[in-house]
Amino acid sequence: MSENDESQAQREAIEVDRTKGDFKYAEDYAFDAGVGLNPQVIDYISKVKGEDPWILEFRQKALKIFSDMPMPTHWATQDLDAINFDAIRYYLAKGQKPVRTWEEVPDDVKETFERLGIPESERKFLAGVEAQFDSEAVYSRMKDELEKQGVIFCGPTEGLRDHPDIFRKWFGKVIPAGDNKFAALNSAVFSGGSFIYVPKGVKVAQPLQAYFRINAENFGQFERTLIIADEGSEVTYMEGCTAPKFETATLHSAVVELVALKGAKIQYITVQNWSANVFNLVTKRGVAEEDAEVRWIDCNIGSRLTMKYPGVVLRGKRARGEVLSIALANDGQHQDTGAKMIHAADETSSNIIAKSISVGAGRSTYRGLVHMPKTLKNCKNNTECDALLINEHSRTDTYPAISVRGQKNSVQHEASVSKVSAEQIFYMMQRGLSEGEAMSLAVNGFVNDLVKEFPMEYSVELKRLIELQMEGSVG
Amino acid sequence: MADSLIIKNLNASIGDRQILKNFSLTIPKGEVHAIMGPNGTGKSTLAKVLAGHPDYTVQSGEATLDGQPILGQEPDSIARAGLFLAFQYPSEIPGVTIANFIRAALIARQEKGAPFDAKAYYAELYAKMDALKMDRKFTSRFVNEGFSGGEKKRCEILQMMMLKPKYAVLDETDSGLDIDALRIVSEGVNHMRGPSIGCLVITHYQRLLEYIVPDRVHIMYDGHIVHSGGKELAVELEAKGYDWVKKELASA
Repeated sequence: MSENDESQAQREAIEVDRTKGDFKYAEDYAFDAGVGLNPQVIDYISKVKGEDPWILEFRQKALKIFSDMPMPTHWATQDLDAINFDAIRYYLAKGQKPVRTWEEVPDDVKETFERLGIPESERKFLAGVEAQFDSEAVYSRMKDELEKQGVIFCGPTEGLRDHPDIFRKWFGKVIPAGDNKFAALNSAVFSGGSFIYVPKGVKVAQPLQAYFRINAENFGQFERTLIIADEGSEVTYMEGCTAPKFETATLHSAVVELVALKGAKIQYITVQNWSANVFNLVTKRGVAEEDAEVRWIDCNIGSRLTMKYPGVVLRGKRARGEVLSIALANDGQHQDTGAKMIHAADETSSNIIAKSISVGAGRSTYRGLVHMPKTLKNCKNNTECDALLINEHSRTDTYPAISVRGQKNSVQHEASVSKVSAEQIFYMMQRGLSEGEAMSLAVNGFVNDLVKEFPMEYSVELKRLIELQMEGSVG
Repeated sequence: MADSLIIKNLNASIGDRQILKNFSLTIPKGEVHAIMGPNGTGKSTLAKVLAGHPDYTVQSGEATLDGQPILGQEPDSIARAGLFLAFQYPSEIPGVTIANFIRAALIARQEKGAPFDAKAYYAELYAKMDALKMDRKFTSRFVNEGFSGGEKKRCEILQMMMLKPKYAVLDETDSGLDIDALRIVSEGVNHMRGPSIGCLVITHYQRLLEYIVPDRVHIMYDGHIVHSGGKELAVELEAKGYDWVKKELASA
């Protein structure tokens, strides 16, 4: 395949899928920030939200940083230049929902719902036909339960307004506005997301589902999430769902900050299945204090370009950090994902297991950073990154950056690239499996050990989702 | 004869190499036939062509399973029509357990969406494994990954027993087996023998045929069958060697 054909194939894949994001907007809304980005838009957003002056100031400063920072195309893909920031709607107020009818939802999307077994009641909502289903009710039940334990679970606006003593201390500290261009963008226009505080010693039994909370509010284009687990507490947060999400906007840029205080444990699970026109540029980082643990479990499917490198700053002695990630890049998609482990105290340990699957002309990139300065001792890191290529047009790259100095620190890095061979497929087909079934079995086998880490209902859906992705990839 | 695997005047090649030349053979259901022949004579090609391997080109001829044509069909359709190939070199499928693999193969044979009886499945799987003297732990190992030669062949026979084909082609199943494994694998095949299955055993050596006693023995040379006879032909061949075949052909 020549480079020309390749870009043609990519373009076609993108063209085809672009219809998935087609939504119509009703005109003349009372709350409309308009199109494009400037200080007036920021003033407007902050005013609509009734924010304190310090937040407006934080936003305006971030906008300045965003404007001054160059696109990171010197290391990242040139495709970023395709984002037209002037054509984006940065804020849609409550009541300003996109509309389209069920008849306008593409057939393949309906088919996907059918195959994933999405309940009838949720399909219209997920397809963007209905702005809400019963999220509101589910969320308020969940909230009542949590309040009894003293857990705060709200959005950033309420969090900063009602609990400034808790959230202001950490807001924008784990990921400052200047961290990168897209963190700056999020800091300027953030809206929606979750703010969670788990008091000392409280172990939240059920995973907190962002799905119900964020959907009850507004669509999360520039979500901002901050989770603080106080000493000895434990919490699991689940974001996204395996159902395809039909974005009203092509740019999704979230910031997620986690703070695990002494002995606390945070597990953050993401399963995202974006439509193929979405730029998904997300900054995620956690801080783990003494004996604390931060664990990111991340599954990225779909999108035109995803750039996401969840990280953990291991700031206290014996802190542990882990990133388990699965990325699936189909035709015309680029999954640029990885992990960062910053060791900043003795006896800290980190583990990274990243698996990527490239299908058709799909491309996956792993970028890893492991840092252990020379002042530290007895730190450990284990990194495993495995790539699976489905056919000859697929592509995978690995860019590990490991800097280890100091005494008795140990790092282990393993990387592998494998291919589903024609002989394997023939073998499986000889047992009666169709080509698509054989492919998805091979892919499911490849991610098998990681999928086990997902909660039960997610892992079942994930398998079915992989089957769907693979079916379309053969023939 | 509708109840047979019938191969007629089959010509097949890989690349520009002609391998099968007017190959004909009929295996009635209920019989076990053996094909013997020197290396490079087209025995494994026959197995792969019948199973629909995409690397081979069929120029002419036909092959039918109980009257149903199979040439030109996709490998999975041929498999579901009832042909099983026990591979000489089975592929590894990392991350996929034997239990899940066989289950997927069985589900592929069911009506779409039909319920799968997992309890009955495991009961049968364990019974067959016992017969093959396979440890129960085997079910959770990944297909052929890190298996010894004997384990791989036993796993092939296990799949055959679970999938219950109408016709089975065993391609050099004896290669890489020690005597104990050979005995166990043969017992598995003999256990399946009966009026509802036809078997084609491909082998280089007579050794296997001491355990799986064939109804007919065929000698293959240069892409087609040159000699057919009863089980005693295998013994004769072993005694005289393949040079005998070549010489006989030269004088014919």
